[in-house]
Parts: sequence; structure tokens; C-alpha cells
Amino acid sequence: MADNPNPDMDVMEPATPVKKKRGIVRRAFLVGGALLVGGGVFGVYWSDRSANARAKALTETGNDHNFLSWMKIAEDDTVTVYSPHIDFGQGTHTAMGQMLADELDADWSKVKVEQAPADLSFANAALGRGFLLSDSSMPGVINALPNAVMAMLARSMPLQITGGSSAVRFTGQVGMRVVGASGRLALIEEAADRLGVPASELTTADSKVVHAKSGKSLRYGELAAGAAERSLTGSPELKSAKDYKLIGKPVPRIDIPSKVDGSAKYGIDLVLPDMRVATIAAAPVRGGKLVSVDEKPALAVAGVEKVIKLDDAVVVVAKRYWQALKGLQALTPKFSDGGHGNLTSETIHAAQVKLCQTGEPEGEAGDGDVDAAFGAPGAKLVTADYRVPFLHHAMMEPFALTGHYKNGKLTLWGGLQDPLTTRDRAAKASGLDIDDIVFNPMIMGGGFGRRFPNVTEIIDQVAVIAKQVPYPVKLVWSREEEVRHGTYRPQSSSQFKASLGNDGRITGWRADYVQSDTAEGEVTFIYDIPAVSRRHFKYQSNQNDGPWRSVNSTQFGFYNESFMDELAKAAGEDPYQFRRKHLAEGSRHRAVLDMVAKRSGWGTPLPEGTGRGIAIVESFGTIVAEVVEATVKEDGRPKVLKAWAVVDCGTTVNPLNAEAQIAGGLIMGLSSAIGEEITIDKGAVVQGNFNDYELIKLADAPPQIDVHFIESGAKIGGIGEPGLPPATPALANALYAATGKRIRTLPLRDQAKA
Amino acid sequence: MAIDLKVNGKPVSVEAEADTPLLWVLREELELTGTKFGCGIAACGACSVHVDGELTRSCSVPLADIAGKSVTTIEGLKSADGTLHAVQQAWIEAQVPQCGYCQSGQIMAAVALIERTGSPSDEQIDETMTNICRCGTYPRIRKAILAATGKAAAASAPAAAPAMGEA
Repeated sequence: MADNPNPDMDVMEPATPVKKKRGIVRRAFLVGGALLVGGGVFGVYWSDRSANARAKALTETGNDHNFLSWMKIAEDDTVTVYSPHIDFGQGTHTAMGQMLADELDADWSKVKVEQAPADLSFANAALGRGFLLSDSSMPGVINALPNAVMAMLARSMPLQITGGSSAVRFTGQVGMRVVGASGRLALIEEAADRLGVPASELTTADSKVVHAKSGKSLRYGELAAGAAERSLTGSPELKSAKDYKLIGKPVPRIDIPSKVDGSAKYGIDLVLPDMRVATIAAAPVRGGKLVSVDEKPALAVAGVEKVIKLDDAVVVVAKRYWQALKGLQALTPKFSDGGHGNLTSETIHAAQVKLCQTGEPEGEAGDGDVDAAFGAPGAKLVTADYRVPFLHHAMMEPFALTGHYKNGKLTLWGGLQDPLTTRDRAAKASGLDIDDIVFNPMIMGGGFGRRFPNVTEIIDQVAVIAKQVPYPVKLVWSREEEVRHGTYRPQSSSQFKASLGNDGRITGWRADYVQSDTAEGEVTFIYDIPAVSRRHFKYQSNQNDGPWRSVNSTQFGFYNESFMDELAKAAGEDPYQFRRKHLAEGSRHRAVLDMVAKRSGWGTPLPEGTGRGIAIVESFGTIVAEVVEATVKEDGRPKVLKAWAVVDCGTTVNPLNAEAQIAGGLIMGLSSAIGEEITIDKGAVVQGNFNDYELIKLADAPPQIDVHFIESGAKIGGIGEPGLPPATPALANALYAATGKRIRTLPLRDQAKA
Repeated sequence: MAIDLKVNGKPVSVEAEADTPLLWVLREELELTGTKFGCGIAACGACSVHVDGELTRSCSVPLADIAGKSVTTIEGLKSADGTLHAVQQAWIEAQVPQCGYCQSGQIMAAVALIERTGSPSDEQIDETMTNICRCGTYPRIRKAILAATGKAAAASAPAAAPAMGEA
């Protein structure tokens, strides 16, 4: 692999010292400083007795006992696991519970997982450490942390971020398992004292400590009070894979029953006494300001109580949502355009192309002399330009956040990806101290990157609105607000050039790409090519670029894997075999690629007009290869007939859920490939709802998706994001195979039409 | 003005403006929040309920049109003794939901489809199940519908075979 930034480090053992490595981002050094001072993150966390005391105060209710913040055992044997990660549908809570309960030898039927309070005592040391040990995965997340949070990091590493497919990889492995294992040892010691037998004679199973010789046993609930007072070890021995009872097993998700009977309460569902509902219209052109608004037409609508002017938006507060919406629609606010009134998707594209051709790169990565490779005698040069549009997250639950300002404190309720940063942002926007902000995390109806607090203006909006009304107020964004004021996957352009040697091998590879942020540190380049150069040209439109499920790996999956297909064609080789020979012999990548070819029947005949496409992408520590079989419908649009995915994420914690995550990611990748596009006209977003922002529906999703996991035992990789990136190029490549049309601009729509 | 209707078998009288969409009556007046707001223009189906047995996207039907009618929401699907509807049960067995936000609407659409067709074909599922799921749970939705109508043999249960459609 020419440039795989993943260091060969193991995050399994809590005591692993932090190693210095090159190329780490500046802020991560700050994190690293904190880590090194503490001599290992878990040590810092472990020894923080005041944090543990605080966690006890926040969670214990009388007949239960907290262990190390993240676990509580009640006298009736109920084990409560407090997850510092949010679950927005990716199954994290179940996985956290499985990992802790397995090490604890708990009876799974008595295990509950709850969202940890947004408090420093539940902060996630393991995440920061995991990030530091493999910074390839989420510098975007870490870089975006506000300074106040970074300052807290320097003290005690408190992170509650959910993102970068990090929960299982870092928190689960370095945190949950250790807490469970350590708790188990304390329960054994307590039982040994009570029974007057050596600890070595005791075993554990199903939430009981058993003394086989005497036939006596004690329930965890009976032992909890004493065990919780014991001194716990920070580095217990963890189970080996052969002894897992829950890890790796298809455990049903704990949240699903409440999601089929309507009882699950999402942020938008909150009801409080005297609560009012507000809705908002922000400046249509991002960067614009509210110039003026006549409030009277809204105030004339039944139920409307107040119109609030923000710097760049107008808000209507009413008793009910429908009243607030009617009030808002009665207004004719005037907004400025921030000087962006001439911007369109096409002017953005033209500026990006020009920058790429005549500008200076912001950064360059890769090894080897690409220009020499291009100039070598007999080199065959291939070029291609690609383009992707802004993409909207389209989480099904529109933003909703409730705020109540009372007695100098602001309390918030809603679903956001990082509770602690939410508090920080609310503090800044409200002018209050972070200690005067309480945040109650709720279930999220999707996220996909949209709910990171650093890109979430609704926090500022609620912080300001709540201080102007004497009652709790729930701000609900309409779908139109949601679509038009997104923090999109960036519109991006790229220009690729490569040289092929006489043996059909790639000798040089250059990728010039234009977007706001660098993709380095996140996008893993997997091919074995002697000279590689990736140059980032920085372009910022008026839009607020944000992380979108699998982040830069989406557009780079499309770019790299489309271009590999084009090179295979130029070399006169089969796309699978061509990729294969550029992946190291014996590598996990090659094994994944071979398996997807085998399972999909690669190379077997297909009917006329049907094609197979293949693509392989490594992201968030997981390698995924996908094959898509597709044809073109009468209207020229793609019809995906079947899809295969082969995944190496090291170990699957819950295969049932992992399969759903990979299949869901694959479908989201197809959706974005086929029809999704945010366009800009006069500086504003053109689309407004699901009638013009086109998402895939059941009829267009492949009825069968074959997902297969290779249990390589390698370091655990993410599962929420990596299924997405290969799907888009696999479909584009399938259409090429079916029609001979190479589509280089997304979305595909009817470009393959005959 | 009070408007009378039946919700989940119980008569209710609602004080709200006549143009208020049924969705917001359910969510805000009756606090039945299992029915979700997704788009407000009947494009996504998150707000699907049954009105006199007909599948209806409640965000786009004014309260005035519901006067005297009988509405069933996700909260009203289970039987009086609390037993889940066979479709809800199939949803759990197939482990369908991810974020879960669209699933009330998906289940209401599936129940209406099964009530109408008895045992829907793949084509009927394609035509009827037009609700949007951003998490991409579509393969499991199809599997759950088939399982709920006794076609489980054709669709391998994910619990038994983590690799769906494994050959």
C-alpha cells in the first residue's frame, strides 16, 4: 500500500503507551499532550474519583450501585450500561451493552443500556485515545472541536462524540470491555470474602458468582453494594475470542421494540407543560442577514404569540407547530444575500476547474516521482475529470431542539451527536457559563453527520430564543428549512491522470481535487503504485460543508474507483483482475476483493444490457468491496438488480446489526449515485423537499443484498460508514459495463440512456 | 370549533383550527407522537395512518375532512390485551428498524397493503411501499412483509443467516 496512514498499532490493551507518529494534526498533539501527561488515558479516567463520585450521584437511585461511571448493578440484578455514545440507529447502544456484559458474564436479559448524561464524568476517554492511535479516521471531527472543549480535553479527555465509526472500535474495546471485566473481578472478590473461599475457586455466569465445590452461588445484585466499594483494577485480563458469549453474536437490538409500537421518544416528540412550539426561516442565501420584517401578519394568526428576529433568521413562536408555520408563511421577511447573489452550481464548478488548472495546491500527499513516471518512455497516459454535487443528509427527523431558560440556567432536550460540545455551543450562544447548560440527549431520527454540534445552528437559535420567552420552547425546522440550510457533503471536482507501463501496471497516479477541506488523513489509498500524488486545491463556496456519512470517502470512492475502471479499460484488462494485481499479495484487501468476485459470480455471462461493476474502498479502518449488477430502465435510469458486499472490519460485534449497517450504507450510496443533488442558484439552495431532493425508495433498492464478513481478527474497524463508498462507483461501473457509457458527473439520473 | 372523530377506537373531540393537518392533531392535541412529521407534503409517508381503514398520509389531510371518521395510528395497532400486530411482530423478528423514525409509517403502510391484498407479491410491495427510509432498511422491510404473510420461507431470517441472501 503506497500510503496507508493507519499505523500498525493495537488499541485492545488499555496500557498501550501512546506512540508518536508523523503527520498528526496539530490539535491532536494537544490531545496527545494530555494523554502523555496522564500516562495513559484510561489511567487518567480511572483515577478520577471525583468524576466517579459525580457519576454515582447522577445515576444511583437507592437500590443500585455504580461502577466506574459506565455501569450500574441493581440489587434485583439489573445491569445498566451508560453509553457515552448516541445511538441514531446504528445499533451502538446494543453493541456497547454486548461488549460490557460479555466481560461481566451478565445475564443479557437483565441488561439495559441508557444514554449517559451529558456530564464530564461520563466522558469518553477511550475515544480520544483511539483517535490518537489511528488518526486516519476522524481529524475532521477532532479539528472541529471548539476551543473550550479542547481546553477540557487537556484536563481530562472528555469526549462524547459519536462519529467516525468510532464507538465500538474505541469506546467498546478500550472502555466497555474493561469496565465489565474489572467489575466482574470486584464481584468475585466480594463473593470470596462472603463465602470464605479463595477467589480462584469461583466462576461467573449469568450474573452469578458460583462456587462449584460447595454448590453455593451469589447473585450479582447481592454482591453489588460491597463490590462497588472495592478498588478496581484498570487493566483486567480480557476474554479471548473463543470465550465470547455475546460479542460476535446476532443479539437482537434493544431499541427495536420501542420503534415498532410508536413509543420511542425522539427529540421532536418532547412534550413539556406550558411548552410552546416555534419554527424558523433563515436567510435563503447562506451568509445573508435579516434586513427587515413586518411582524403583524404573523401575530394575526391564531395561536401565534411572538415573532423573534435573529441576525439571519425570523422565528415565530406559537402554541402549536401548525400555527407557527402559518404565522411564518404570512411573513415577507427581507434578507440580504451576503454578496453571494450571483453564485450558481455552474459558477462554483467553473471556479473549481479553473483553480485546479491554474491555482496553487494547498497540500500534496503521496510518494514517488509522478512526473517522471508520466514522462517515462512508452508510458500510456490516461486522464479523466469527475464532479460530484452537494448532498443533503435527509435525516428523516427534521431538526427539533427544546430549550427552557429558568433561574439563569438553560436546559436543552434533543438529539445531537456530541452532548458536551452541544453544551459548549449553547453556552457561547446564550452567554451563559457551560456549567449552567444542561443537555438531555434524546433518540435521533437519523443523523448521517448532520447532528455534529459544530455544524448545528439550531443550538444557537434555541439558546437565543429560549432566553426571550418564559416557557419551554421547542424549535422545529420544516423540511424545507432542513433541505435549504444543510451542511452538505461538498460539491467537489477532480482531475485524474495516470500512466500505464508496458506490463499494464500503473506507474504513476495523480489526483487533483478541489473542495474546502483536505481529504488527507481520512481517505486511505489502497493500491500499490510506485508514484502517487494527491493535491488538494482549496475552494470554499458560501455553503457550510459538513461531514456526510463516510465523509470524504464518498467522493473519493467514486473518483478512485471510477478511474481504476477507466485504467483497466485502457490496459485492456478485466476490472477485477486489474484491481487485484495492484493490491499486495496476501493482503486483506486482496482477500476481500477475491471474495466479492467469487460470491457475485464475477465473469459469468449476463443478459444483454446488464452489467456488473466492482469497487473496493477502505474507510474508518474497514475494507469493503462491492459488486452491483444493474441495467438501464426505459426512462434511462439505472435499475439495480442485485448487490454483494464483502467486509473485513476485523471482528463483527453483532453480525445481525453489522449486516444492516452495511446494507443500509450500500443503499444510501446507490441513492446518492442515482438521484441526489443539491444545486445552487442566485446563491440559494434550489431544492426544498423530498419532491425535488430525490431519495431512493424500496422499489429501486436491490431486493437482495448479499453481505459477507471476513473475520480476519484484525483491529476492529467501523461499520456505520464503510458500506457506503464503494456502492456509487460500483453502480457507475456496472452501467459502463452494461452500456459502454462512462458517467463522470453525479448524479447518474438518465445519463446512461440509449 | 370542536371536531369529533374516533382515534384508536375511542371517541375524541378536538379543539383546533379546521385546516390543521391530522398529523398535528394527533401529535400535539392528542400527544400520539408515534406518527411522525417527515416532510409535510405527503412525499415521505412517515405520517401514515389509517382513516376508515384507508392508508392516509396525515400531514396533508385537514382536520375538517376527518370529522366523524375513525383513525388508527401506530399506537392503536396492537390488540386490547397488548399483543403486537403480526406485522409489528414481523418487524421485530426481521430486526427492521435502524433509526426507526420512518418505521411507524412503514408499518401502517404494510398493514394496509396486507389487509388489501392478503398476501402481496413483490410487485405489489414495490408499488405500495413508497415510504422513504433514509437508513436503507428496505430489504428487511420486504422480508418482514413476506414473513408476516406466511412467505417467510422465501426470505431467509437474518437471525439465522447474518449474510442475507446467502447462496
